[in-house]
Parts: sequence; C-alpha cells; structure tokens
Amino acid sequence: MPSTTPKKAYVSGFSAGLPFLIVVIPFGAIFGVIGMEAGLNLVEVMGFSVLVIAGGAQITALQLMQDNAPTVIVLATALAVNARMAMYSASMAPHVGTAPMWQKALISYLLVDQSYAASVLKYEEKPQWDVATKVAYFLGTITPVAPMWYLGTLAGALAGQAIPESWSLDVAVPLAFLAIVAPGLRTVAHMAAAFTALVASLLLAWLPFSLGVIAAGMLGMVAGAEVEKAIAQRAPQ
Amino acid sequence: MNDYPIWLIIAVLAVGTFLIRFSFIGLTGDRPLPPALLRYLRYTPFAVLPALVAPMLAWPAATDGVTDPARLLAAAATVLVGWRMKSLLFAVLAGLAVFYGAVALGL
Repeated sequence: MPSTTPKKAYVSGFSAGLPFLIVVIPFGAIFGVIGMEAGLNLVEVMGFSVLVIAGGAQITALQLMQDNAPTVIVLATALAVNARMAMYSASMAPHVGTAPMWQKALISYLLVDQSYAASVLKYEEKPQWDVATKVAYFLGTITPVAPMWYLGTLAGALAGQAIPESWSLDVAVPLAFLAIVAPGLRTVAHMAAAFTALVASLLLAWLPFSLGVIAAGMLGMVAGAEVEKAIAQRAPQ
Repeated sequence: MNDYPIWLIIAVLAVGTFLIRFSFIGLTGDRPLPPALLRYLRYTPFAVLPALVAPMLAWPAATDGVTDPARLLAAAATVLVGWRMKSLLFAVLAGLAVFYGAVALGL
C-alpha cells in the first residue's frame, strides 16, 4: 500500500475543512454585521478579519470598544482570548517544527481553532506522516476556511441590517466549538478535561479580562493529563 | 463608542496574535518537548474550547446574559450527536436543528 503523499494529504485536509464552512461563514458574517453597527467602515472591518483572523478576539475587542473601555484593556483582553493559541502552537510544534521557516510563518498566521483541531487530531491518528505531509494536510484544512472567513465578513458588512436579529446567528459560534470537541471525546481523560474546564469556566467567570477562560482551560488540561496518568498506572500495557 | 485608534488596535492584535501562534512552532524547531508537557497539550482543545463556550452558553450576549433553554438544549444535542456519530457536520446540524426547533416551539 503506497504511503500518503503530501498531495493526497492536502486533498484529505481540504475535505476535513469543508464542514467548518457551516460555522465559519455565519461567524464571519456576525463580525461583519456588528463591526459596521459599531461604526467601523468596510476597510476597517475587513482589516480585522484579514490581518487578525481570530473571530473570538475580534468580537471581544468590538464589544469592549462599544463599552468605551480603555484601548489598553481592549488589546489585553482580546490577546488574552487568543492565549489558548500558544497551547495550539506548542502542540503543533512537534509535528511541523522542522518545516521551512516560511511555512511555519504561514501556518502560524493560519492557526485558527478549526485548522488546529482538525490537524492535530489527524496527526495523532497518523504518527508515521512526514513533515511535508503534515504541513500539506494543515494547509488543506484551512484552504476552504480562510477565504470564506474573509468573504463571510464582507457579506455581513454589506448585508448588515438585512439579516434579522431573530435568526440568532450568534448561536453558531459555541455550537461549532462543541462540534469540534465532541467527536474526539474518546477516553475518560478527554471527558474529564472537557467537564473540568466547562465547570471551572462558569465558576471563574467573575475574573476580569477573560482570565477565567484561560485558568479553566489550564485546569481542564491538568485534569485530563492526571486522569490519563492514573489510568495508565492502574492498567500497564 | 469613543474615537479609537482603530488601525493601531488592528495592528497590535494582528502582530500579537501572530506571535502567540508562532511562539512554539517557530522557536522550538524539532527539539522534542518533554513527555509530561505533551501529555498536557494533548488535552488542550478538549479543555480550552469547552472553557470558551461555557459562558457563551450560560450567559449569552445575544440575550443580555439571560440563560436561554434553547441554546442549552442545542449545545447538549451537538455534544451528544458529535460524540455518538463522530461527525462535526452532523453535530452542528443537530445543534442548529434543535435550536431553531426550540425557538419555533417558543422555548
């Protein structure tokens, strides 16, 4: 059986990325709509989506600006929302750390929740893949997603008020994140991580600057790792 | 909304976000990370994403923070279908169907 080529990996990544469109397009559109409502112009709204390419942080920044928060708080909070991506970067590093620098820079620009989750889950499944194949898979997952993120923002900014609020498009965002996680809940350790993080996030929601989300995420990671260790010790292979 | 230096904010967020994403990929190269660290990182998406969505679901901005049964039911359906069917697409579709169904029923 021939091993997977980068080309095949790219195509398989592309098809893994396609289902994300069902959430990326509405999410982009939501940002476009609320960006224009907040008084930004079309170029500014598109600047956010093309240069920052991080919906959660963009929406956080807009909400704080509408609350007239100081610029420093706007920046610190939006970046704190993105702090989880340092963890994504660390868990991608063992897989693509030896790729050429320009590829690593490109991956870094495109390392969003969807491309990260799809790729890392695949790498766990295919540890024998070489770096070029792994990079190709990653770029495959993001190829349908990134352009449609930009276009979704543009559509939202242009359509604006034509989208009725009663559609509650915002609901697509949390459902998308849950849909990324749920299929990967294979072990008790995964479930312990998710459940701990969820409960901790609600209990720590009073912390300022989205720090509760970051602390809850770390607690969830510790819970998952500790449960994994405990299970491995009880039943050695 | 105040007069913000919008392009300054966009630039800082763009550069800062890039550096966060580049941190380990760009700097650690092929040096293997310690197994203990890798064990933690394995649970990153399973911990961070639920932590991110929990407040969105419990106190949605769209309802001014009032807990919304339709959103909670939709979240439960998404997790259940995603977990059982191992499919992101079916999970999202199930969640959206339950949400709009619940809204139509007046929940």
